[in-house]
Amino acid sequence: MKEMSLRAILPDHELVRMYEQMVLCREFEESCAEQYTKGHITGFLHLYSGQEAVAVGSTHALRKDDYILSAYREHAQAIVRGAEPRRVMAELFGKATGICKGKGGSMHLFDPDLAFMGGYAIVGGQFPIAVGLAFASKFRKEGRVAACFFGDGAVNQGTFHESLNWARLWELPVLFVCENNAYGIGTSVERASALADIHKRTCGYDIPSVRVDGMDVMAIHDAVKWGAEWVRQQNRPYLIEALTYRFRGHSMADPGKYRSAAEVELWKARDPLPAFAIRLIEEGIVTQAELGAIKQEAIAIVQEAVTFAEESPWPEDGAVWEDIYV
Amino acid sequence: MSEMTYRDALNLALKEEMRRDPSIVVWGEDVALYEGSFKVTRGLLAEFGEERVLDTPISENTIVGVAVGAAMGGLRPIAELMTVNFALLAMDQIIDHMTKIRYMFGGQVNLPMVIRAPGGGGSQLAAQHSQSLETFFMHAPGMHVAYPATPADAKGLLKSAIRDNNPVMFLEHELLYNSKGDVPDDPEFLVPFGKCDVKREGTDITVVAYARMTVLALQAAEELAKEGIACEVVDLRTLSPLDADTFVASVKKTGRAVVVEECWKTCGLGAEIATRIYDGCFDSLRAPVRRVSGLDVPMPYSRQLEKLCIPRVEDIVAAVKETVAAKY
Repeated sequence: MKEMSLRAILPDHELVRMYEQMVLCREFEESCAEQYTKGHITGFLHLYSGQEAVAVGSTHALRKDDYILSAYREHAQAIVRGAEPRRVMAELFGKATGICKGKGGSMHLFDPDLAFMGGYAIVGGQFPIAVGLAFASKFRKEGRVAACFFGDGAVNQGTFHESLNWARLWELPVLFVCENNAYGIGTSVERASALADIHKRTCGYDIPSVRVDGMDVMAIHDAVKWGAEWVRQQNRPYLIEALTYRFRGHSMADPGKYRSAAEVELWKARDPLPAFAIRLIEEGIVTQAELGAIKQEAIAIVQEAVTFAEESPWPEDGAVWEDIYV
Repeated sequence: MSEMTYRDALNLALKEEMRRDPSIVVWGEDVALYEGSFKVTRGLLAEFGEERVLDTPISENTIVGVAVGAAMGGLRPIAELMTVNFALLAMDQIIDHMTKIRYMFGGQVNLPMVIRAPGGGGSQLAAQHSQSLETFFMHAPGMHVAYPATPADAKGLLKSAIRDNNPVMFLEHELLYNSKGDVPDDPEFLVPFGKCDVKREGTDITVVAYARMTVLALQAAEELAKEGIACEVVDLRTLSPLDADTFVASVKKTGRAVVVEECWKTCGLGAEIATRIYDGCFDSLRAPVRRVSGLDVPMPYSRQLEKLCIPRVEDIVAAVKETVAAKY
């Protein structure tokens, strides 16, 4: 069956924007890896390369005031939502100009003006917070959905089950989006979950769910578009499981020996960037030359972000005591 | 002034604040229909309705986490943990999230929320339901911790907690719920955080205490007065912020100090207070600071054993006498 034309779903400029953002995220993450090896970025660094379709497809399907929460692999989520790459890079460098003044780092990006409500580094910690934001939205009749992103490893935390139960019980607008990249660090889903079909785990909470191809940005977009509107109208939670893959290790410290080279190559052959580029060209939305220009533009943005981060000042010593209390 | 119980004072604080501010919501296990295990939330559901007063599943970590999210989303939630013992199930949301979010996100968000938690021992509830965990909360920067001793302080501190734009761990002592005292009627009566209250003035020795230990310290002071020892009893009221200035000033005057704590002695708040006294007025001390503490044991059930584990009036009297008699 022929797929629906992209133009029937979104206008050309938005489709191009989505591709630009996927490329920007890829370039940003690969640059982070380089800056990490140079010692400019330290601490933990979890890269998103391979999963871009999820962040981009989702964000374009959500309302701008819908809340987004994520885990610790969240640079792309923040940037696609509108965070300036230079301020994200400065945060990773630990500089005062960072999005959180250098206090959060890679795992704790946050911008309330973008309704980007944080990267959380305790696995599953964001679930109850998303439920609380959804409660506030419903209480204040704002019609905002809380979109809660998490990995496959998080579904065995108690908070996942407590929050699914709670969101359904109180009838709250939470969109749960599982980015199933097949591994919690080095433990595969099959070795961690009695039921590896994560989307089926919502049955016990009377929450509908769907599994989608997480390497297909339009599949994600359509699933989130439908899911978020259903959540908004019904004031009930919904869960999307996106099957995706991270091309790099869990973090920069992970050589990834638990995955076979063949497996990694199989997934890289399904890289969401070229897959989307081919569709854009086939439908005459962009030319090959324009694709090249998009990549050059992304590289330039990331280079400028690195320069900005390098040249930015460190936080003043006094900042260590600031922001603990109001 | 009206005489009322500690329980009713807390209940009145909740009602007055909820009437004043429609963004305040209350939830917890059995707080609505059942009106609270200790009846502190009596009448709230009837007056404020099920949109603002909600029963929750038994999911303590999520009870706190949903409050964190709701506070981020513009509400002022008050979450009740049925007892402070269950806070241990919620420590991830309390310590990893509630106390850190403002800081790690660069001060971009406030969490105006209160966790209410009854606690303390003395009701023969055995090891899992008799804990005094106040030190656990004091230890972590990023939240305030209040623990009132009297009905007036209970009301005034809870109202301040609800109006605070920081997260507050509000501890209530289960054995004080029925205690009575005069409470100001003024709906704007607030007790500030970070201010000890000198509950009894004296010149011979300072007794630093909090919550039920303050009540016992005052009883001990009454007995000691008969023997000619004038105790100054300083009630901490808030454990964080800790008002060292007030108790240090008191010790400078008296030259001696006893700290009474219901929690375990090892690494307990008494150790912190003693250190603050040494730091603040070592030159004024005429004897080492003594601690009267909960025993370092899991709480036993038997009344015969339990009574040994929690400081008693006679323990405070003995410690004060020894400290006053000490010659250095």
